[in-house]
Amino acid sequence: MSSHAPVKPTDITIPDTSLWAKLPAIGGVLAVIGLGSVLGMAGGDNRARAMFSYLFAFEVFLGFALAALGFLLIDTVARAGWSVVVRRISETMAATLPLFAVLFLPIVLIGYHELYPWTHEADAVLDRKRWFLSDGFFMGRAVAYFIIWSILSWTMYRGSLANDVTDSKVEREARVRKLWAVGAAGVILYALTQSFAAIDWVMSLMPHWYSTIFGVYFFAASVQAYFALMALVAMGLQRAGVLKNAITTEHFHDLGKYTFGFTIFWAYIAFSQFILIWYANIPEETEFYIMRTHGGWAPISYALPVLHFFVPFFFLLSRQVKRKRAGLGLGAAYIIFMYLVDFYWLILPNFKVEGAHESHFHIVWTDIAALVGMGGAFFAAFAFLLKRNKVIAINDPRLNESLVHENY
Amino acid sequence: MTALEKTPRIWGLLAQYEDPHAIYKACEKVRDEGYEAWDSCTPFPVHGLDKAMGLKPSRLPWIVLCVGLTGSTFMLWFQTFAMGNLYPMIVGGKPLFSLPAFVPVWYEITVLSSCVTAFLSNWILSGLPAPHHPAFNSKAFERVTDDKFFIMIESQDPKFDLEKTRALLQSTGATTIEELAS
Repeated sequence: MSSHAPVKPTDITIPDTSLWAKLPAIGGVLAVIGLGSVLGMAGGDNRARAMFSYLFAFEVFLGFALAALGFLLIDTVARAGWSVVVRRISETMAATLPLFAVLFLPIVLIGYHELYPWTHEADAVLDRKRWFLSDGFFMGRAVAYFIIWSILSWTMYRGSLANDVTDSKVEREARVRKLWAVGAAGVILYALTQSFAAIDWVMSLMPHWYSTIFGVYFFAASVQAYFALMALVAMGLQRAGVLKNAITTEHFHDLGKYTFGFTIFWAYIAFSQFILIWYANIPEETEFYIMRTHGGWAPISYALPVLHFFVPFFFLLSRQVKRKRAGLGLGAAYIIFMYLVDFYWLILPNFKVEGAHESHFHIVWTDIAALVGMGGAFFAAFAFLLKRNKVIAINDPRLNESLVHENY
Repeated sequence: MTALEKTPRIWGLLAQYEDPHAIYKACEKVRDEGYEAWDSCTPFPVHGLDKAMGLKPSRLPWIVLCVGLTGSTFMLWFQTFAMGNLYPMIVGGKPLFSLPAFVPVWYEITVLSSCVTAFLSNWILSGLPAPHHPAFNSKAFERVTDDKFFIMIESQDPKFDLEKTRALLQSTGATTIEELAS
């Protein structure tokens, strides 16, 4: 119950003068320059290093898009009402997933052998895994993931867009019920494809090593960062004069709670993976942490629990911080930075200079260029789709519930 | 009536409202009149009613934080002390001070001490358990768990005046007003 009645927002399209309207062009240019230079490097002597930069940036932004789809599906299945005012952000971000099918091509066309040792190495262990880690099956799975993600995200996205222009209430409610069914099936498909994609594209960088929690680790890290990104995007949209009254402190508070909750979830999952490996102390499992405590990686390994868990945990613990734009914005930006560190730490230790016996922590310019380029492509697609449509599901049957939403 | 018989002391006034909008507005009015010893009862949580009543933020989070951190620190120290000094034992070839092995218990005790504190403090701060309350004397009050909304103002409030307070509640749109015997 609140003292105000819902007011249907009217600031629901992105103004032509705002930065969001120019983002497709800016992002496109950054994508061409950034990814072009990284792939240019990959064509030269430093192919492996450049492709590791590329894979790192690819997984970071794929993480965002996948987390957007995951949140959207869970939100739909839970029939959440509070999130309607910010749901179009998730829908649009998830709708960028087909783009990643194109961005995935360089990984198989250029960096395949440099990134994945199982493509050319052979030993007793790898021979037993060959049925799973084989060219045909690997490619087939990748195609399946992208088809499933594209169908799911675009079904949700187009269904929601169709409701924007449907006048009949009965028809709109029927469509929402249909999307609930899609969401229920989608959650299961999502959990499987997301986990297997993480195993295929990141865990198989170390084909001898295995961790059954790896898919969840990828999910926890990316969803945590996604909620932070969602809060920042919502703030950015309001700055551009969109949804100024529709998204309130209450919605930001909820996004903050999600960010906070998944901060704990990430730590729980990361520690669960660590303690089993530490306690059992079996060589084929400890390899993962041994690689990450040598060659300059150790400081990052020790810093992650503190900087990726304790610092954001205590920072976001207070209700007052989450309810202030400056507090939440700072926390969100910090968490996204730690997400980059986490994924860098996950992927880059697999790169070794030719002939070296261990990996060395060394940031090169292609890491930055790949991030900028991939981010440019991702945000260009996101802003392009967002500009074409209303930034809020204006005819959603639960819009009023969301507009007057209050935390108790 | 003999001189020895006093009029029964009044505990307070109980006003009934029909819907959440009405009680929300009524609470704002009672708050603005400056009453302190009063409360509202609703069949379900009415969002924002704490603001309408002018309630201060609860002290509960701070109590939980302090006890949680104390429990957390104690458990980490206790495991270190017990494993290192009281009963040093090598387990699985690990050092005596093995932080990863302590984390699960460290974490669980943090959660346990926080939860138990939150539960008990909530009862103490809310004055529970309360087997009886003057409002239970009212027949109408039984519907507080069903579909009616109530405000009660206690007579011990310095601003309480039977007639003025009754007039105030009347002006807020109360459907019935009862005197509660203590």
